[in-house]
Amino acid sequence: MIRVGLPYPLQALAQIQGEVELDLEVPITRAAILDALEARYPVLRGTIRDGASGKRRPFLRFFACARDLSHEDADAPVPEAVVRGEEPFLIVGAVAGG
Amino acid sequence: MSHVRVLVGTRKGGFILEADGRRKKWEVSGPHFPGWEIYHIKGSPVDPDRLYASQSSGWFGQVMQRSRDGGKTWETVGNEFTYDGVPGTHQWYDGTPHPWEFKRVWHLEPSLTDPDTVYAGVEDAALFRSVDGGASWAEVSGLRKHGSGPRWQPGAGGMCLHTILLDPSNPDRIFIAISAAGAFRTDDGGKSWRPINRGLRSEFMPEPEAEVGHCVHRIAMHPSRPNVLFMQKHWDVMRSDDGGDSWREVSGNLPSDFGFPIGIHTHEPETVYVVPIKSDSEHYPPEGKLRVYRSRTGGNEWEALTTGLPQQDCYVNVLRDAMAVDTLEECGIYFGTTGGQVYASADAGDSWAPIVRDLPAVLSVEGQTLPS
Repeated sequence: MIRVGLPYPLQALAQIQGEVELDLEVPITRAAILDALEARYPVLRGTIRDGASGKRRPFLRFFACARDLSHEDADAPVPEAVVRGEEPFLIVGAVAGG
Repeated sequence: MSHVRVLVGTRKGGFILEADGRRKKWEVSGPHFPGWEIYHIKGSPVDPDRLYASQSSGWFGQVMQRSRDGGKTWETVGNEFTYDGVPGTHQWYDGTPHPWEFKRVWHLEPSLTDPDTVYAGVEDAALFRSVDGGASWAEVSGLRKHGSGPRWQPGAGGMCLHTILLDPSNPDRIFIAISAAGAFRTDDGGKSWRPINRGLRSEFMPEPEAEVGHCVHRIAMHPSRPNVLFMQKHWDVMRSDDGGDSWREVSGNLPSDFGFPIGIHTHEPETVYVVPIKSDSEHYPPEGKLRVYRSRTGGNEWEALTTGLPQQDCYVNVLRDAMAVDTLEECGIYFGTTGGQVYASADAGDSWAPIVRDLPAVLSVEGQTLPS
């Protein structure tokens, strides 16, 4: 079971409290996490990655295990600690706009 | 007695203001969608409890909302706005070609006859239509592809399609306006479009009377007289008596002919309202006095309406979608400011009072008249 943390505005939009737990088959990738997240919460479609191109929204980042995974390939496996559920996969809104 | 509902979009959420026909005591609900930019909320003319809202964020993109109960509850609907075919390019601020990219929905215009049909005006400028209550959207691509698209350019607020006017006498005729491209009309339900900017003059363009490129801020039409249009342009207040085929200036004695919104009295098609703003670089009222100007002669002769509005040290703006009317016997008028005030007049503008004073910056205001 992997754990996903969302920024507050998306938690509110999807009516989620706290982390989301997803049961995924290995290999677990960022694309697989986002696919599963959007399948469970269709309201999130288009809010994390562009609905047409699949590109990450510019002001969102993906962190895990004290690493910035934002620029890694969407189909690359996420860190083992995320797969084991020891660390969350964090979707973070950039601190921007003052 | 009928009552009124005023739908307010702000930089940080939506608000719904309701009052009985006296329009003195208001109930405020909101913020709906707190923290998000609500560019526009509008109700269906045939089912006033069917509302559509554009919810957007620089972080999280576009979300679309629909209500079936007048805004008490909401459901998310489709948010995929995909341009038809290869999007191509428009002009960027520096005149270079720039790819079309969807950014947000500025304006929603529900059909006059079907609550499930709604138009969306978006940035980068295009017109979309949903026929399934917002679940899916398809571009009305004849507009963007009619030929002048590569010459369109963004205004300071972005290249937005902000005005959609549906002709109640002719379902095949639609007017739209884009900043900064101009006004356009279709007479065949959206298949083909043509620019309708003859008579406009914009000194910021190398060819001031060019067919496209004008920064039209807003167009208004009275439903009883759809061939007569009023326009607030970047500078100049304009009028057309032939469905946009030609325009003439009616700025007359206004203290400034720069501004954003323009509205028309519900029962008097020659009574027009604007809010003059000092200039394109100073987006606040001249002399720090917030004044609505009313013409009862279809333009040229304007009177200042000041009762109840701040007449000193006022430096707010009123954005293009932030003025509306109701349809009560004594026409009500509403407008919202970038300072977060929403003012109401229950006597056609003779006097004003704030409904609320401290909302986030107001992006849009719509009025609904409802049976009790």
